[in-house]
Amino acid sequence: MSNEPRQRIQDSTAPSTDTREDRMGSGVDARMNSKLREAFGASPFILTKFDQFMNWVRGNSMFMLQFGIACCSIEMIHTYAIKHDVDRYGAGVPRASPRQADVMIVPGTIVSKFGPRMKRVYDQMPEPKFVVGMGSCTISGGPFQEGYNVVKGAEEIIPVDIHVPGCPPRPEALVYGILKLQERIQHGESSPVVVKPYELEEFGDLPEDELVQKLAAEIDEEDLVMRYNWADSP
Amino acid sequence: MSTGIERHETEEALAELIGDRLLERDDHLNAPGFVIRPDDVQSVLADLREEAGFDMLSCVTGQAYDDRYETIYHLKRYADPTREASVVVPTATDEPVSETAEPIYRAADWGERECYDLVGIEYEGHPDHRRILLPETWQGHPLSPDYDQDKPQIVTLSEHANPIQPDHRESDTMFLNIGPHHPATHGVLHVKTVLDGETVVDLDPDIGYLHRCEEQMCQQGTYRHQIMPYPDRWDYVSSGLLNEWAYARAAEDLADIEVPEYAQVIRTMGAELCRIASHMLALGTFALDVYGEFTALFQYTFRDREIVQDILEDLTGQRLMFNYFRLGGVAWDLPEPREEFFENVRDFLDELPAKVVEYNDMVTSNEIFQVRCVDTGVLEPEVAKSYGVTGPVARGSGVDYDLRRDDPYGYYENLEWNVVTEDGMDNYSRVLVRMQEVEESAKIIEQCVDLLEEWPEDDREIQANVPRTLKPDAGAETYRSVEAAKGELGIYIRSDGTDTPARFKIRSPCFHNLSALAEMAEGEYIPDLVASLGSLDIVLGEVDR
Repeated sequence: MSNEPRQRIQDSTAPSTDTREDRMGSGVDARMNSKLREAFGASPFILTKFDQFMNWVRGNSMFMLQFGIACCSIEMIHTYAIKHDVDRYGAGVPRASPRQADVMIVPGTIVSKFGPRMKRVYDQMPEPKFVVGMGSCTISGGPFQEGYNVVKGAEEIIPVDIHVPGCPPRPEALVYGILKLQERIQHGESSPVVVKPYELEEFGDLPEDELVQKLAAEIDEEDLVMRYNWADSP
Repeated sequence: MSTGIERHETEEALAELIGDRLLERDDHLNAPGFVIRPDDVQSVLADLREEAGFDMLSCVTGQAYDDRYETIYHLKRYADPTREASVVVPTATDEPVSETAEPIYRAADWGERECYDLVGIEYEGHPDHRRILLPETWQGHPLSPDYDQDKPQIVTLSEHANPIQPDHRESDTMFLNIGPHHPATHGVLHVKTVLDGETVVDLDPDIGYLHRCEEQMCQQGTYRHQIMPYPDRWDYVSSGLLNEWAYARAAEDLADIEVPEYAQVIRTMGAELCRIASHMLALGTFALDVYGEFTALFQYTFRDREIVQDILEDLTGQRLMFNYFRLGGVAWDLPEPREEFFENVRDFLDELPAKVVEYNDMVTSNEIFQVRCVDTGVLEPEVAKSYGVTGPVARGSGVDYDLRRDDPYGYYENLEWNVVTEDGMDNYSRVLVRMQEVEESAKIIEQCVDLLEEWPEDDREIQANVPRTLKPDAGAETYRSVEAAKGELGIYIRSDGTDTPARFKIRSPCFHNLSALAEMAEGEYIPDLVASLGSLDIVLGEVDR
């Protein structure tokens, strides 16, 4: 007699079924693969082009290059740190080596001495690689545009996918820029690679003029140099 | 005390000390100026240093006039920075050669290299006469009158050779480039290092990777509005208001502007908030450099920086580049509702002591941290003085020097606070100084908030009456400095009677502090070099300007 309710409870599967149904709702279990489902439709099977899949993966796992130049890098650090925490978007692993990085955020003014070094760092990153230009200096030289030593925008040296304006942009703006970049990568878009005005080239390959003749004694033929034609700058 | 130094207190006594070598007087607003011949530099400076006690070469300014080049040595005393003297050395335009001051003051080494690089004055007998900010292959000197900015330039990406010849009998040396893209250099610094095993035998900081022509930009801007945004971008780790104050102080001195007391209190409060934010970043990145503390401490310091930045944003409207000071005051009054603002600041101040205890638990009493920092990167006070080192770095070496107390400005002299010094001379002392300065800054802010809360409503004048177009007298020159987060930040301005400065020179504390790095790191292990560099707390925007 006293055993009866206890036995009934023991046999009952209702509690677990109820819980399961509460958690799952009707239809297929939405807990698993929810992001994948969202991207590719409701069916538990995925039929997609490999390219598309790769683009989706790439956009959601970006390794950023740890690359601080100027004022904007302070706001960039704030974007990585608590409160803004860009890791939430799968983009919060700063890599110190360019060989491990997918995305380079250029946070600051580029000056003549740094141009060749930035180009070298960019060249060391494996394909496919993306660049976010952070702040006005990477767009046009910003407040220092008229300076004798300032490169008028990062795009003079490397291709830039996303420009985030501001001086400096707030962390929220940078997060928005990163999200826009993810969107572009997921759609398989990338910025066209064109020949940039300022290239790293061997000194011997430069067209000979007054300046080249003057420096011929100081620089070896094989040395890599970057020639700035300031008069042609925007 | 040495009676010799006291004997040379007056300007006449100094002129007498220089004697025949004095050509004429060229007084600046801040100090008497003595014009001397280019080949008397060493003898005059040696006398001023030994006899008259000018143990600090604060700044070396180079400038070009229409008919001559001029080098100005701004001298001060660590014991009393209000006693200043300027030594003016004119040289001919066609042959701008002057004797070097490097044997007298080590600070002249980098200072003169900068004058050579930017203005084109040459220094005879300089031990290391080459460019410092611009690339070696640069043509022309950008701040000289005949420089054409549109001419093309070529910059190399060459490998650097080992300056010390390998000696295969005893040991081999290895050349190592640290930077310009390296996480431990706090930006784009390049340190050329020669190692013998793990010991640093030779070290040469290569700067100029962020030389973005700040002085040229300021020389193009008008006094009233166009210059003020630039100081924010010198030392950009939230020290904006401290930098703005340096410009404001120099320009107000030049144009003789009185700042209302109420504005001074707001300035003092804002500046100290900036100092806290800056020291927090210094602490966080230093812990990151020294023992890879990215998860806890680094994030904690950034949590606190976010709070300070929120307060500053309420006050100024910007998170980082405030542009809040105006000549003669500040841009606007405290945000309404004032009670809410005061409450935010007080909340921050109330929570700060507990946080400082936490930082001390995690950092300064951490055994690994102590092993890395105690007795590494030793900087003797005499060496520090000779390099013109200031700020927490000097105070960590026991040099009791703080312009807020020694050359008072703003509202500091009416407030209760202490100058923090430690005499350990090592990396550990410098961290301790910064930690305690955070507490002192909090004290200052608290007193300012008390004052502002009580301030009568009809007396809240935030700006003096300043003419729309400011044109200081032609020929007026001044050199004024303030205590920024990293040390003495000085501005030299020469007016030519127009609404833009004829020469605008920035004396950067980081530049001088960094020049002492070799003294701290040579002969030590390479990890200690990274710790020393971190403890200097340099900002490349201010080093390179």
